[in-house]
Amino acid sequence: MIKIKNLTKTYQNKKTKTTVLNNINLEIEDGDIFGIIGMSGAGKSTLIRCMNLLEKPTSGSVHIDGINITNLDRKSLSKVRKNIGMIFQGFNLLMQKTVEKNIAFGLEIIRIKDFVPENMKINEYKSLSYLEKRKVKKVETKRKVSELLKIIDLEDKAKAYPSMLSGGQRQRVAIARALATNPSVLLCDEATSALDSMTTKSILTLLKKINEETKVTIVIITHEMNVVKEICNKVAVIDQSEIIEQGSAPDVFKNHQSEITRQLIGGEL
Amino acid sequence: MDNFMKLINGLSNTLNDIMTNYSDMLVQGMLDTLYMTLVATIIAYLFGLPIGILAEVTSKDGIHPMPVINKVLGFIINVGRSIPFIILLVAIMPFTRMVIGTTIGPKAATVPLIIGAIPFIARLVENSLKELDKGVIEAARSMGASDMQIVFKVMLVEALPSIILGVSLSSITLVGYTAMAGTVGGRGLGDIAIRYGYYRYQPDVMIITIILLVILVQIIQSIGQLISKKIDKKNT
Ligand SMILES: Nc1ncnc2c1ncn2[C@@H]1O[C@H](COP(=O)(O)OP(=O)(O)OP(=O)(O)O)[C@@H](O)[C@H]1O
Ligand SMILES: [Mg+2]
Repeated sequence: MIKIKNLTKTYQNKKTKTTVLNNINLEIEDGDIFGIIGMSGAGKSTLIRCMNLLEKPTSGSVHIDGINITNLDRKSLSKVRKNIGMIFQGFNLLMQKTVEKNIAFGLEIIRIKDFVPENMKINEYKSLSYLEKRKVKKVETKRKVSELLKIIDLEDKAKAYPSMLSGGQRQRVAIARALATNPSVLLCDEATSALDSMTTKSILTLLKKINEETKVTIVIITHEMNVVKEICNKVAVIDQSEIIEQGSAPDVFKNHQSEITRQLIGGEL
Repeated sequence: MDNFMKLINGLSNTLNDIMTNYSDMLVQGMLDTLYMTLVATIIAYLFGLPIGILAEVTSKDGIHPMPVINKVLGFIINVGRSIPFIILLVAIMPFTRMVIGTTIGPKAATVPLIIGAIPFIARLVENSLKELDKGVIEAARSMGASDMQIVFKVMLVEALPSIILGVSLSSITLVGYTAMAGTVGGRGLGDIAIRYGYYRYQPDVMIITIILLVILVQIIQSIGQLISKKIDKKNT
């Protein structure tokens, strides 16, 4: 479960102080596909980047599976991040590495003791007694990579380089890479915004399938309402640094209160 | 037309003369130049590479900003780069003598070459790393990669084609430096060019050495570009 409490983020320049997130409170349950939607500049990216501390909140806290991760030291934070996958609008793959090497990246930087067993939450795995210091073995990595290649349906591209792939294929590789360490959360920052509508649909279908099969919690940031409609079970609307509406997706669609939400929905009709 | 042919003939005759009379010396000069360039490039990278990495890592938008260390590094690199090589060469002679035991010969010449090249190389490496797409680094960070892992498994890997181009650029610069080192006893092609062209006024020998230097630089540059292109998977 992801819990965000009274989170505020301000950027302090020499003269001006910009509040990008103002007193955000959110609860995302295990297995949710949680959509966060808002206009450009509303603070969506900043919010999702606070969830794995790529951005440090100015005040307030982020809790993952009951652990407050806001003030962890570098090492512990590193460990927590291995349980939180992330994908990006620009894919952010290693361009000099093959598809299989990209997917294996997470396994290459991890040690067995930090490896999250399939579908295990942080607090459960923290209490695990096996603290093997060894790295993940080559055969284990290989097995995991081919398993993931099958899931993303790119088995024939294992030895290809990202530059030879289409946008949709690149995003599939990025998804596989993010899932290699069996994280319990997957953060998606505008993961489909660079893709056409057909490709978007196939990526969303893939995410939904993965969510159903592994119960991984998915957080999706987007400005496209159809993304939310397609797969999210819950949704929050963010506008001008604040969450103005949240609830189950059908509920928000039907009974929304704010003008912004109406516009966001209306724009897609 | 006739005159032109005569000129060409004359030229090729002198070429033959030079080759028979001076070939041993030219071969030795070439070997000395190669030796100095190669050794200096390798050793200077042993120092320049980590300094360049550190300079980028600690910079304001690096992966581990450390303003004070970054300022100090930047200052050292800038000072190093602003000292003209010919002056450095003379200034560090006592140091060279201390390390090698003499200031004469190609081996001694590598000392100022290395010291002169380190700041240059550090800046090149830093720039190669700075050009990288920040998104990949961020992705690695989001997966829990440590600073070390980001440097060695992401930054250096992704920047390798550009770093290779930097290596060839550095060796080319060092070929130029060897000529100056030659004037104070470093030997090599540059030394020959200056001795014969300037002191004895034998422009023919000088021209041959210049041609050899140009060919050498061309070869280094082509090799660098070839390797860089070959390993770069970004634009396939
Ligand atoms: N480093 C920074 N310094 C100052 N302001 C910033 C900084 N980073 C972001 N902002 C501001 O914060 C606001 C929110 O940015 P954010 O990227 O979170 O928006 P977004 O909702 O993701 O928008 P988009 O849909 O365009 O991606 C923007 O107005 C932006 O200008
Ligand atoms: Mg954004």
